Amino acid sequence: MSMNFLRLLSRRPGSAPVARERLQILLAHERGLRGQPNLLGILREEILAVVSRHVMLDPEKVIVRMDRGESVSTLEVDIELPNDFDKRIAAAG
Amino acid sequence: MAKVLVVTSGKGGVGKTTSTAALGAALAQSGEKVVVVDFDVGLRNLDLIMGAERRVVFDLINVVHGVAKLSQALIRDKRLENLWLLPASQTRDKDALTDEGVERVIADLRTKFDWVLCDSPAGIERGATLAMRYADEAVIVTNPEVSSVRDADRIIGMLDSKTAKAEKGEQVKKHVLITRYDSGRAARGEMLSIDDILEILTTPLLGIIPESQDVLRASNVGSPVTLNNAASAPARAYTDAARRLNGETITMMVPVERKGFMERLLGRRAA
Repeated sequence: MSMNFLRLLSRRPGSAPVARERLQILLAHERGLRGQPNLLGILREEILAVVSRHVMLDPEKVIVRMDRGESVSTLEVDIELPNDFDKRIAAAG
Repeated sequence: MAKVLVVTSGKGGVGKTTSTAALGAALAQSGEKVVVVDFDVGLRNLDLIMGAERRVVFDLINVVHGVAKLSQALIRDKRLENLWLLPASQTRDKDALTDEGVERVIADLRTKFDWVLCDSPAGIERGATLAMRYADEAVIVTNPEVSSVRDADRIIGMLDSKTAKAEKGEQVKKHVLITRYDSGRAARGEMLSIDDILEILTTPLLGIIPESQDVLRASNVGSPVTLNNAASAPARAYTDAARRLNGETITMMVPVERKGFMERLLGRRAA
């Protein structure tokens, strides 16, 4: 009772409801990511396979990144090619 | 039939080792034959909390690698004759643990004990995944605080996917243990409430351990809190939790500190 009275005086509501709401939003998001096991890994493998058919590249230099926004999410694919990639293809062909 | 239980959390410092020691001792006090196993290779502490740090000769890694026999590495508690400790190595790192080695040691321990309590390291790396790998049950330790609840959720996801049971299509039986709970602060809306945490984690509650000076006092002297001061609020909460693990139905409540007049007058610092 006395604590409630003090709280009225200080006009500072507890921060627990904020904690609870932040956690619920965050975990809904993180559980969603877990549900699709390694989507990025699969995308990376398949992109690497397709590009490798035409261009010699270093598998380490293929970066696939996903950014989830509130309304739009983006998939970023960053593939670094060696400077002489076209010559190597010509030599191989 | 032996039960293998992992005490885990994801986040560090929430009370895994304290809880392993307290639950292990409480189960042993009820007559069960118990071994507590330290999986925190390289940062062992269960030996210290159990007060056996000067008696460690061989450790889990030695047994995993066949350097020592299990019977050589097990340390019997000086207070309870049916409580044992299998310490971790302090000099090796977690890569020294192998999946096959852990499987073999756990299988061996199953034949010798009623309860095998595995104290997991923090994190979600090899040490933590191996600690939970062969568990039948899991105690997920969390504080009423956002980062610890988030990590608990992550660990629950791993228990449901990365354990031997999960791979066989079975389920590790999960329990949430809330530690460092301050009912006053929760009532004032300053701390996540029990209901908040359970609703978020959707996992049954094993117990609520109140924030208490007795926990630190017990660790100072190297004794599980359930042995050091059995009448204290955290000890009673751990004892109830251990009885629930054993299948008893006990009303859930938050044990409160019994404070004397002077203590109340002088506040927490008096303790």
